Amino acid sequence: MSGTQTTYNDKVVRQFTVMTVIWGIVGMLVGVIIAAQLVWPELNFGPWLHFGRLRPLHTNAVIFAFGGCALFATSYWCVQRTCHTRLWGGPLVPFTFWGWQLVILLAAVSLPLGFTTGKEYAELEWPIDILITLVWVSYGLVFFGTIAKRTVSHIYVANWFFGSMIIAVALLHLVNSAAVPVSLTRSFSVYSGVQDAMVQWWYGHNAVGFFLTAGFLGMMYYFVPKQAGRPVYSYRLSVVHFWALIFTYMWAGPHHLHYTALPDWTQSVGMLFSLILLAPSWGGMINGIMTLSGAWHKLRDDPILKFLITSLSFYGMSTFEGPMMSIKTVNALSHYTDWTVGHVHSGALGWVAMVSIGSMYYLLPRLFGKTEMYSTKLVTTHFWIATIGTVLYIASMWIAGVMQGLMWRAVNADGTLAYSFVESVKGSYPFWAIRWLGGVLFLTGMLIMAYNMFKTMAGGKTQDMPVVAPAGHHA
Amino acid sequence: MDINDLRSIVTVAGLLCFLAIVWWAYGKGSKKGFEEAANLPFAEGDDDGAASRTSHPR
Repeated sequence: MSGTQTTYNDKVVRQFTVMTVIWGIVGMLVGVIIAAQLVWPELNFGPWLHFGRLRPLHTNAVIFAFGGCALFATSYWCVQRTCHTRLWGGPLVPFTFWGWQLVILLAAVSLPLGFTTGKEYAELEWPIDILITLVWVSYGLVFFGTIAKRTVSHIYVANWFFGSMIIAVALLHLVNSAAVPVSLTRSFSVYSGVQDAMVQWWYGHNAVGFFLTAGFLGMMYYFVPKQAGRPVYSYRLSVVHFWALIFTYMWAGPHHLHYTALPDWTQSVGMLFSLILLAPSWGGMINGIMTLSGAWHKLRDDPILKFLITSLSFYGMSTFEGPMMSIKTVNALSHYTDWTVGHVHSGALGWVAMVSIGSMYYLLPRLFGKTEMYSTKLVTTHFWIATIGTVLYIASMWIAGVMQGLMWRAVNADGTLAYSFVESVKGSYPFWAIRWLGGVLFLTGMLIMAYNMFKTMAGGKTQDMPVVAPAGHHA
Repeated sequence: MDINDLRSIVTVAGLLCFLAIVWWAYGKGSKKGFEEAANLPFAEGDDDGAASRTSHPR
């Protein structure tokens, strides 16, 4: 169909893949620093490197720089391979790469300087928001343009997940970032009061649901079958999985606002939809893990599969924990404690980071003309260090969180509070130290990955591969 | 008509739409197409040099 000698655009995949590892290290390093600041408050230097400035830098860096680059890399690779055509869009393709890197640099400068909208995961000020919009619309044009010129009839399920991520994130970003600018570096949300809070958490939860879940499920549906060497366990289940997520995720946001000024019925709707979400989430997890059924032995000596399958286990854990925490009575204990932080990192380190790392290890040798990573042993080492780090992180935050919740609600016989707030801070120190250690381990794993990556890249060929005609498939 | 009637209708229509999708996905008619689609990642020829890729049944 398409010209006999067209090639896949792997240059942009190569760029995003390398930057995924680089930004992963940067973002996680900032995470380790702020974890250390909680244990040793003396580490808060001046206004620029204070916890309050660095914390949004950490979240933005790991979600949008590390996670974002991983999504660009994998979606560009997957959509070309499964549509049997080169990326559409010409100059738009490099624009998505350089534009996204510019967004990241602007975030890295403006957040420590204190420019923020105050909206969690949407802190960047309006000029950067406009640049994000331009890059994201280009991304959508490239992605859907490529799907439109595919040479096979079906659109593979991974592309449905990537596509829904692109559309939903565009919608969320535009609605939540609507603001009135008063200067180049300052703006005010167009919403006020509880509406502003609801819009923010509609955005916030769907950033989790679409950016951090749908997109990475796209990765799962492509790279797990590829690495396992067998098609996905049930394609039917993947279709139902997709639509069930689409129909339910948008409604779960209010669980971030339990026991606030938000109307009670809205909180209950949010809780109910969060509970429903357990079903599609576990359907997807089972679909991914069962893809290995009959080939479990591959897990023994393939560290890439170890990463992918472990990520699905953490996905299952955190999507069980999430609905449970959305129940109002559970939330009364967990909200505002470190339990929330532990839950987020169970998803972020265990699921998002591990599925990305596995996918990057799949891509790296192929992108640089090698048959495998420089050292498979180091990939295995990375896997174990990352897993131990994640477990230390989550377990310490669970204990600290439940302890904080119990201390805050404890009352004496006469109705006065049994503990002052600072007593719960004091009690949290040992667990914050363990959390810091878990973070250090996870970061160490990323440094090993970077070494392995540069060794793999050394002397590698960066020739683009020719587009493969779809064998046995009619256009 | 009250705006709340419209909201109820949209909710019910959403549910019916989802049930229709489930019915379609598990219907006999879509089996062949799904099988083709499920094998799309393997129609790439030899893009990889890496990894042991055994047969892909089912």
